[in-house]
Amino acid sequence: MAAGSLTMLPDFSISPRIDQVGVEERASRFTKRSIKKEAKMNGLLLVLNMIDLTTLEGKDTDGKVKQLCYKAMHPHDAVPGLPTVAAICVYPSMVKVAKKALGDSGIKVASVATAFPSGQAPRDVKIRDTKYAVNEGADEVDMVISRGKFHAGEYNFVFDEIAAIKEACGEARLKVILETGELGTFDKVRRASDIAMHAGADFIKTSTGKIQPAATMPVTLVMLEAIRDFYYKTGKMIGMKPAGGISKSKLALHYLVMVKEVLGEDWLNNEWFRFGASSLANDVLMQIVKEKTGVYQAANYFSVD
Amino acid sequence: MPVTKKKPVKKSNTIKLKFDTSWSYDPAPESKSAATIKPQYDLFINGEWQKPLSNKYFATINPANEEKLSEVAEANTADVDKAVKAARNAYEKYWKKMPARERAKYVFRIARMVQEKARELAIIETLDGGKPIRESRDFDVPTAANHFFYYAGWADKLEYAFPNRKAEALGVAGQIIPWNFPLLMAAWKIAPAISTGNTVVLKTAETTPLTALKLAEIIEEADLPPGVVNIITGAGETGAAIVNHPDINKIAFTGSTDVGKIIQRAVAGTHKKVTLELGGKAANIIFEDAPIDQAVEGVINGIYFNQGHVCCAGSRLYVQESVAKQVIRKLKDRIESLIVGDPLDKNTDIGAINSRSQLETIQKYLKIGKQEGAEMYESSCPLPKKGFWCRPTLFTNVAQSNRIAQEEIFGPVLSILTFRTDDEVIEKANNSPYGLSAGVWTDKGSKIFNMTRRMRAGVIWANTFNKFDPSSPFGGYKESGFGREGGLHGLLPYLSLKV
Repeated sequence: MAAGSLTMLPDFSISPRIDQVGVEERASRFTKRSIKKEAKMNGLLLVLNMIDLTTLEGKDTDGKVKQLCYKAMHPHDAVPGLPTVAAICVYPSMVKVAKKALGDSGIKVASVATAFPSGQAPRDVKIRDTKYAVNEGADEVDMVISRGKFHAGEYNFVFDEIAAIKEACGEARLKVILETGELGTFDKVRRASDIAMHAGADFIKTSTGKIQPAATMPVTLVMLEAIRDFYYKTGKMIGMKPAGGISKSKLALHYLVMVKEVLGEDWLNNEWFRFGASSLANDVLMQIVKEKTGVYQAANYFSVD
Repeated sequence: MPVTKKKPVKKSNTIKLKFDTSWSYDPAPESKSAATIKPQYDLFINGEWQKPLSNKYFATINPANEEKLSEVAEANTADVDKAVKAARNAYEKYWKKMPARERAKYVFRIARMVQEKARELAIIETLDGGKPIRESRDFDVPTAANHFFYYAGWADKLEYAFPNRKAEALGVAGQIIPWNFPLLMAAWKIAPAISTGNTVVLKTAETTPLTALKLAEIIEEADLPPGVVNIITGAGETGAAIVNHPDINKIAFTGSTDVGKIIQRAVAGTHKKVTLELGGKAANIIFEDAPIDQAVEGVINGIYFNQGHVCCAGSRLYVQESVAKQVIRKLKDRIESLIVGDPLDKNTDIGAINSRSQLETIQKYLKIGKQEGAEMYESSCPLPKKGFWCRPTLFTNVAQSNRIAQEEIFGPVLSILTFRTDDEVIEKANNSPYGLSAGVWTDKGSKIFNMTRRMRAGVIWANTFNKFDPSSPFGGYKESGFGREGGLHGLLPYLSLKV
């Protein structure tokens, strides 16, 4: 992280206040944008290219992960020229399989770590978890913060933990999951975002997908505004990943509008913005085919992996 | 195969976000064909469309492309007299005698018909006035319908509004409305007047007559007794004829302070009751403990809503010095993301300036601001070639003594001033001939109550701005006028209360 920001660490207990009514109003305003024709097509391709195709289940197997990797590389070969997704997101034990299956496709392998999804483990376990994932070949690590410590006001603990995981990541990019559904208020989401960014996060991410509510537009807006303030202050770009609950193309396009109008051009690519989703891809594909052919195809024309 | 890939931006001293993106929205225009505009409109008097005795018509244009939309009649003194006679006759013959419950049914009917024709009304409002379709669709038309619903509900409940008093209608109300919210202002005026048992002669603004004439068609279709609502068109002289007509019991005017003063002089010494809703120069105050991003959004909404053609627009921004730099930087980035252009496009945030003369007024003030030494910053957006347009603009380094901080500009122009203490900002905020509205942004509840208690403004919004509801009274102090519209208070100007 930028050395300059370390010397000027803010007091996280006075992170900027967030007005819930205002945030919700602003978020709903993005949904009023009408995305048509070419803008819609380009938006859909962009969304597809930003997806972290995810499987995080106890019953995951090599076979399942291999199939998902094939889908990531060939989302829908009936339509030529489609982009791939951005990454595959799996548990650490599946990283090697995914890495091998994806080969030199350029698709990244992201691994959750740090006792995902609860984060209830000692720090050395979390660090070993992270190192294991990185050694297996993970390009990106999705960690969870210690929400319990955060609620207890132990911000330094949370900060130090993120910094330690960042160190364990080495070259891998670190996504910090705030699990906003457990934080309760936008004020706390903002505070957790500030802590994560100052501690070295490359991305901040809303949710594990295991807790409801997961990503919402208002909570993503609060985090995007935190990213904007951090960028204003340090010049350092931080990525954003809403995860969980985004399964329809229309909603995904609303998110793109929000990124475009809050952070601008530089964030509108998969290096700085991702969707953590499992079922979004097929809806996007269905819409792309509809835009190309003028008719909707039945869900069974799109592979379920 | 990534669609786009960009290198991260290197750190620089002047960090600015880039909104000129490769992913832009395609045009999404609302279809004009969903609205019918006749080539010519007569005067709506006594339940029918009558040729003007003046024999004159004038054009109304679309300010976004200067094309003629239609032509409307110019009512002269004789036409006004005819309309007032029709209203008087309707008052004595039908409206006064009708049970309040029956009156209410008509008003409810109008409300429902406004909802049914919402899309057409929104399109015409946007064509005639230049405001973005998003606003006419989501704000003007639904709020107008709500006003009719709200006051229809009061019609037979006046004894509960004013216990132990007998509320009686006044008679004929002469109403003059402005061009910034043509349909909504017609609703604000007509709904309380007819619900309380008065009859109406309403004159539309010169540049925006069409939605009120559409409303006249609705009223005709709703089968109101002839003469209860008369809608006429014309310019200043038509308004003067209404104000000076001896058989009018009540004048309701919304418009400029200059004209308001003329009206007040004209009615002095007569029996006419009067309410005036005039100009404003609202202070919008951001404290250092405010939710800054939401405050910035509120400031944007406060000044750029309806191209700033809003009497309660938050046109004076006071920012506490400790957060001023941050707020100004965010405002500058935010105005870059506002979409200026075709008002009929669903993605447009800022439409056309209502008229050439208003554009000239705004441009005059931009010049004054620069001459006074304030720093002007405007969005870099391109403007259409035809029509009347003004980029969203803000002035920094503004002094309290500057004319752009004192006078109403009525355009998308924000003046930004800074302050240090609560007392200072209250004094500065109150230091204005106007007193219509104000906004306070702070996370501290007690501060909100302290501010609202000490500020002289008819409406004070806390952590929001430009929120309207039919149940909430609206009106000003000082040169912003007197009398209240909306809510229970909005009944009073149309009633005389007897014991």
